[in-house]
Amino acid sequence: MSSLNKSPFFRIFISYLPIIMLFFSVFNEFDFNYLKLDYFAFNFVHLLIFFWTLRNPDQLGYLAIFFAGIINDVVIGIPIGISSFCYLILCSVTAYIRNITLSPNFIKDWISLLFTILLINSIQVIILDLVFLIEVDYINYLINSGFTFLFYPIFFVFFNFLNERISYQAND
Amino acid sequence: MATGRDDFVIAIRSAFLKKKDKQKFSLLTLIFLSIFVIVLSNLNFKAIQVIKLGINEVIYISSHIASIPENKLKEINLKFKSHMDLYENHQKELIEIENSEQLKLQNEFLTTENKKLRELLDESINSEEIFARVLIDKDSPYLKSVVLNKGTKDKVKIGMAVIDEVYLVGQIIEVNYSNSRALLLSDLNSKIPSVLEPDDIQSVVSGTGGNFGTIEHTQIDYKEGFKNKEIIAYTSGLGGLFKPGIPIGKIDSSSNGQINFFSDFTQLNYVKIISYKFEGEE
Repeated sequence: MSSLNKSPFFRIFISYLPIIMLFFSVFNEFDFNYLKLDYFAFNFVHLLIFFWTLRNPDQLGYLAIFFAGIINDVVIGIPIGISSFCYLILCSVTAYIRNITLSPNFIKDWISLLFTILLINSIQVIILDLVFLIEVDYINYLINSGFTFLFYPIFFVFFNFLNERISYQAND
Repeated sequence: MATGRDDFVIAIRSAFLKKKDKQKFSLLTLIFLSIFVIVLSNLNFKAIQVIKLGINEVIYISSHIASIPENKLKEINLKFKSHMDLYENHQKELIEIENSEQLKLQNEFLTTENKKLRELLDESINSEEIFARVLIDKDSPYLKSVVLNKGTKDKVKIGMAVIDEVYLVGQIIEVNYSNSRALLLSDLNSKIPSVLEPDDIQSVVSGTGGNFGTIEHTQIDYKEGFKNKEIIAYTSGLGGLFKPGIPIGKIDSSSNGQINFFSDFTQLNYVKIISYKFEGEE
């Protein structure tokens, strides 16, 4: 394992893993956002962007997030630009939290995630339903927001582990 | 108090305008850019349409390539399941073949009779079929749609019917050069003029965002008559896009008034894109 850690390919792979996960989830057919289960779905991309732009923004550039949003819109077939806008709103909230926080606190981050998700999903519903007249299921959005909020601790553990690995390698 | 406000302004300004070492654009620039893209994507200028088509082409193909390993896994899983259920399925198929042979004879007679009657009315329906493969079937809570590998170069046009075997599954809503997007019947925005048989009731089959549809624009009295009956929904042809009589789905006593579509939208691999030409109509 230690020899693997020293391998240059592994180091590069680990440092690009957040971006790989972001683009993989928007490009791929498999989507946590729609798991074909009744009353269960969560937005993995929102969790990914929230964590990385809050804890280690150097690993996930805003331009990459913007392009991921454009790709997501094209793949799922909604007007281009909506997801980018929502993802960037998420980034602006995390940037604000980062600026006003001296010592990061998991609980505060978690609560701010709830408000942020409710905000961006509301913006998305307003744009889709009222501007583009695309009918959307409000219950789906509410369930999605709820589960995205509830799943944050699980992904936090995984992302935090990865973040520590990346920081360790950067300082090594 | 003034200091608190200053801190807030500084934090906001820093969040939106400050660039980190590796960031090439500030957040505010990208937010404005995304608003600009949303506005542009809503405009119908030729140049914007061409750019949109280009983006769609590249992303659909990239997404299809990215999904290849996952689709292979799904295929292996399906093959394994089908192999395990081989004997049971064979027994069912034998019964179905026996029934279908009887129905085939009946169907041939009705088709000939229908053709003769249409000739008497001086009305005939011609259709052109294009076979297409499903490139991407990424379901989302916002839009139930599939991307097909045929586009304007294959003469696909918006509004054409998408058929799986003999069942209607949706219609084309977006066409690019080499691919197109079909809106499935299960999408909230899908509304198909239909006729409910055997009672011959005109209605609209609407998607729900789930795996079933609902009936709209019929009177409640009619719905009362549905109880304890098996109702089949066919296209009525009233919209002028589809021919009448394409099977959509059925309502049985256990489905609580919901339409169960005949086709399984999660298992679509190959479909037919069909345009109908109605002769004898102005």
